[in-house]
Amino acid sequence: MSEVHVAKDNPQVVADQRPATRGARSGFLRALSAIVWKDLAAELRSREMLSAMLVFALLVIIIFNFALELDAKTRYSVTSGVLWVTFAFAGTLGLNRSMAMEKDRGCLDGLLLAPVDRSAIYFGKAIGNLIFMLIVEAIVLPVYSVLYNVNLFNPGLILVVLLGSIGYVAVGTLLSSMAVQTRTRDILLPILLFPVIIPVFIAAVKACGGFLQGAPMDEIMPWLNLLIVYDVVFTAVSFMVFDYIVEE
Amino acid sequence: MDKKPGLLTVLDAVTIITLLVATWMVFFFAPVEAVMGLVQKVFYFHVASAWVGMLGFLVAAVAGGIYLAKGDRKWDILGLASVEIGLAFTFIATVTGSIWARPIWNTWWTWDPRLTTTTIMLLIYAAYLMLRSGLEDPDRRARFGAVYAIIGFLSVPLTFFSARLFRTIHPVVIGTNQPGAEGSFDMTGDMRLVFFFSLFTFTIIFVDLLWHRVRLGRLQDKVEQLKLRFNA
Repeated sequence: MSEVHVAKDNPQVVADQRPATRGARSGFLRALSAIVWKDLAAELRSREMLSAMLVFALLVIIIFNFALELDAKTRYSVTSGVLWVTFAFAGTLGLNRSMAMEKDRGCLDGLLLAPVDRSAIYFGKAIGNLIFMLIVEAIVLPVYSVLYNVNLFNPGLILVVLLGSIGYVAVGTLLSSMAVQTRTRDILLPILLFPVIIPVFIAAVKACGGFLQGAPMDEIMPWLNLLIVYDVVFTAVSFMVFDYIVEE
Repeated sequence: MDKKPGLLTVLDAVTIITLLVATWMVFFFAPVEAVMGLVQKVFYFHVASAWVGMLGFLVAAVAGGIYLAKGDRKWDILGLASVEIGLAFTFIATVTGSIWARPIWNTWWTWDPRLTTTTIMLLIYAAYLMLRSGLEDPDRRARFGAVYAIIGFLSVPLTFFSARLFRTIHPVVIGTNQPGAEGSFDMTGDMRLVFFFSLFTFTIIFVDLLWHRVRLGRLQDKVEQLKLRFNA
């Protein structure tokens, strides 16, 4: 990669990171955790993104209450759909913010100059986004349970939420790093992301609904398999093409 | 702009002739289907358009992959050209399908896997064009377009499978029908001949249009570079 000549141009970076003296794997992990930590620390201090995502998610749920008249009878059949629409909408807010933060004031350029593998940047950003998404989900799920008196504490459902979020974030991180570099910026992300994410959405809604309604496992398994396939395929592809997105 | 190649002129003529022959075959050679009647004739061009749409998106994804590997601008021009043609033909397939579905399924639209996947495909490639229009730097536009063409094309089969886990009513004319498919029929020998001739015709149309669009793309590229040089 570009590590070598960047390091030559910038002796200070070499002094700070000493990539040559470390093993490749520990260097990769250190870079990755540094990026995740940076995102978490920035969020911990400003709380801009999480609070926006959370308030937005709650608003969506409240709007759905009136839009769908979530009475006790329909609740079990539409709950998973309402939840995933909420997660998808709140997720785009977070993804946009997380990448716009890097793009403004040239943070992304700084990251790219660092003598680390580009894939560490991708995985670092993706894991950071995943953590934010999971935090939002961990708050939305109990709130939804309380507001609508639906028991959402189901290990299967939590597994689906995790798998769905991984797929969502894997593609979302890649596409948001594309979207922030365009003229239309944040309005472009949902347009790029949603049509590609449909399989995750369908599978997650069906699997969540299956767990909530106590469907037999052999009805839910195809959806779980689909989620796993999507996660594996799209994490791998995003990781492979990320280099071309941030290349200058 | 280089001179129009002789082969392209020949291909233009072949395209027009085969399209005329195919149209004639559909209306006068193929037998009228016993149950559905005349509306079944939409089928020949409907399937052929859908095929060209898929072919266009496949070519775009492959061209995207080659562009990322090689970095040659001509693959980007090819990718954009095939997406545009693919979009147009997918749209034709959707409209002709609706015309057929109205009398046969008694509705213009239904959320069947094929129909759902086609719509989402239209949205993906519309997003592709929007992504490109938001980028000024030609190099970056080519890279992002290539990446999105690959990601989008990969998601299509998964969308189809996820939608297919629901029950389908779309007939499968080649291969076996799922239970519940409505409006299916068996092709007679003449019908099959017309059908494959339509597929062949539309493939030729695709190649011809692609060639023209790539030439136009090259011209666009040249104009863009001249503008850049002039402004600099």
